[in-house]
Amino acid sequence: MNLEQVFNFKKNNLLNIYCTAGYPNLKDLPTVLKALHEAEVDMVEIGIPYSDPLSDGPTIQASNSRALKNGITLKRIFDQLEQHPVPIAKIMMGYFNSVFQFGIERFCRRCQEVGVSAVILPDLPLEIFIKKYKKTFDDFGLSMIFLITPETSEERIRQIDQLSTSFIYAVSQSGTTGKTQGLEFTRTFLGKIKNMNLKNPIMMGFSISQPEDLTLVHQYVNGAIIGSAFIRQIEKSTDLKKDITSFIQHITQKQFA
Amino acid sequence: MSTQYQIDEEGFYGEFGGAFIPEMLYPNIHELQQQYLNILNEEDFKAELNVLLRDYVGRPTPLYHATKLSKHFNTNIYLKREDLCHTGAHKINNALGQVLLAKRLGKNRIIAETGAGQHGVATATACAVTGLPCVIYMGAKDIQRQAPNVARMKLLGAEVVAVHSGSQTLKDATNEAIRDWINHPQDTHYIIGSAIGPHPYPDLVARLQAVISEEMKTQMQGNPDYIIACVGGGSNAIGAFYHYINDLDVKLIGVEAAGFGVGTNKTAATLQLGSTGVLHACMTKILQTTDGQVIEPHSISAGLDYPGIGPQHAHLDKTKRVLYKSVTDEEALQAAYRLSQIEGIIPALESAHALAFLEKQTFLPSDRVVVNLSGRGDKDLDVFIKNR
Repeated sequence: MNLEQVFNFKKNNLLNIYCTAGYPNLKDLPTVLKALHEAEVDMVEIGIPYSDPLSDGPTIQASNSRALKNGITLKRIFDQLEQHPVPIAKIMMGYFNSVFQFGIERFCRRCQEVGVSAVILPDLPLEIFIKKYKKTFDDFGLSMIFLITPETSEERIRQIDQLSTSFIYAVSQSGTTGKTQGLEFTRTFLGKIKNMNLKNPIMMGFSISQPEDLTLVHQYVNGAIIGSAFIRQIEKSTDLKKDITSFIQHITQKQFA
Repeated sequence: MSTQYQIDEEGFYGEFGGAFIPEMLYPNIHELQQQYLNILNEEDFKAELNVLLRDYVGRPTPLYHATKLSKHFNTNIYLKREDLCHTGAHKINNALGQVLLAKRLGKNRIIAETGAGQHGVATATACAVTGLPCVIYMGAKDIQRQAPNVARMKLLGAEVVAVHSGSQTLKDATNEAIRDWINHPQDTHYIIGSAIGPHPYPDLVARLQAVISEEMKTQMQGNPDYIIACVGGGSNAIGAFYHYINDLDVKLIGVEAAGFGVGTNKTAATLQLGSTGVLHACMTKILQTTDGQVIEPHSISAGLDYPGIGPQHAHLDKTKRVLYKSVTDEEALQAAYRLSQIEGIIPALESAHALAFLEKQTFLPSDRVVVNLSGRGDKDLDVFIKNR
């Protein structure tokens, strides 16, 4: 299923899991995707490891460093996705320089070829994307996902909603990824975006690590994104399938057959 | 003034510059973009900064006619003595200006990155004199290499945070400072130490360092033939070039750190060896792999040990307005020893790179050559003694 089909099929309680490609080991990505798909996760965000991940906290930074040491490259990520296809909706997340060096058109073409529906590049601002790169992304049917935060003005949220073609990524708090202080204070922001009746689905990420965080987010918006908590879970895994299944069961408070 | 070498409305110098920031920083950067020119042009801002520059920093710094060095090279060499600034380098010009700016933006906490510690010391000093708390991010490796500056910052009341991520040097300290800013968007101002980072920082830092060339214009009758400055991120160089950029009769020379040499992998000669990419939120030339991963540079001078360069310099290189060259660690050391012995001035290792270029060019006896002596060498004594 691609991302559009997921959102047509299911409106609420969506779950998106972030995983760093090439982590914990170089060739683990297909195994991780397969386990997530079998655990009924709705979509995955595949992290492109980068030497200088500015928006990320210590957990994802460390996973990026380790994956780079393992020898991962963007080319290898696409090759792995091509050689071991898994029918789960796929988003790629990374930093602009990786994509820029790979070549914008070549990147978009490879995304289309391996079934990636959308891209998150947190350091590529909306204005520069629209002016310089939107046409190429459109040509290959690739959506760009923009972030909003509790500091984003209502006017700018409306503008982002107009320009989005997949979903809007709501950052739970102004900060880097992987904090674990709970989400109670995010209720105001959640309430605000719920009441704005935006045309695009909203997925919330950053600082979601416990089952109760997921429950809270699902009360207000379409879905939740979990990254650092998942990365911590598989860091020392010797049985990815088992550890991933138990993590998803725990976080969704669901039992699978 | 012609705008060919300056930023456009979107913060680009030709293809370089811009603000490649995550949405979390949008409100901060947007506010700064909207406000910085208004604040810099306010009469009371200018008055407050000028008093501090005069009575606290010790400006104007002299333009010294170095007669012995001139005789040695059979030309006329003038040294712009930024080494005589309070705290020992030009960095204080920017730090003081930005602290005053932060106060007018209503910010009550300052953060900064530092490599060698010069910008950290300047920021800690500016915060001490204006009464703002500050946190300085510094790579764990640099903390070990630059112990005296760490002690200075602490003595001045700053909190120094060791950065253990990545290569534990300036690049990673900058990442960590940006992450701090992402985590404290409302009350904090980030003082970048060089003419790098997202728009408007390269322009903001250039304007605050432009005092260097502004003074040169009044200190020298007519234009010099050459202005030579070292370039890491490029703040002292852009300050020394600023008011001469449109005076095409002045040859502007930027000197990068070649480290062991541009043919080795131990170098920081970004313009010679780098390619276009995004580092620290601006599009510029950077040292990187074909996969876009940033490569750790090398220079004997910690202040030039940076894998990028300010976007305005990338543009000045591309448009050929400034000629960029590089000198090795060894050439810089020899230039530092020479200046110490024949002029009685121990230069910073960074500034020694600019001095080393004097060997590389034949000047006419009638030429007037200005070298921006961006800092003094006290901090580098260990290196000078070890390599003697």
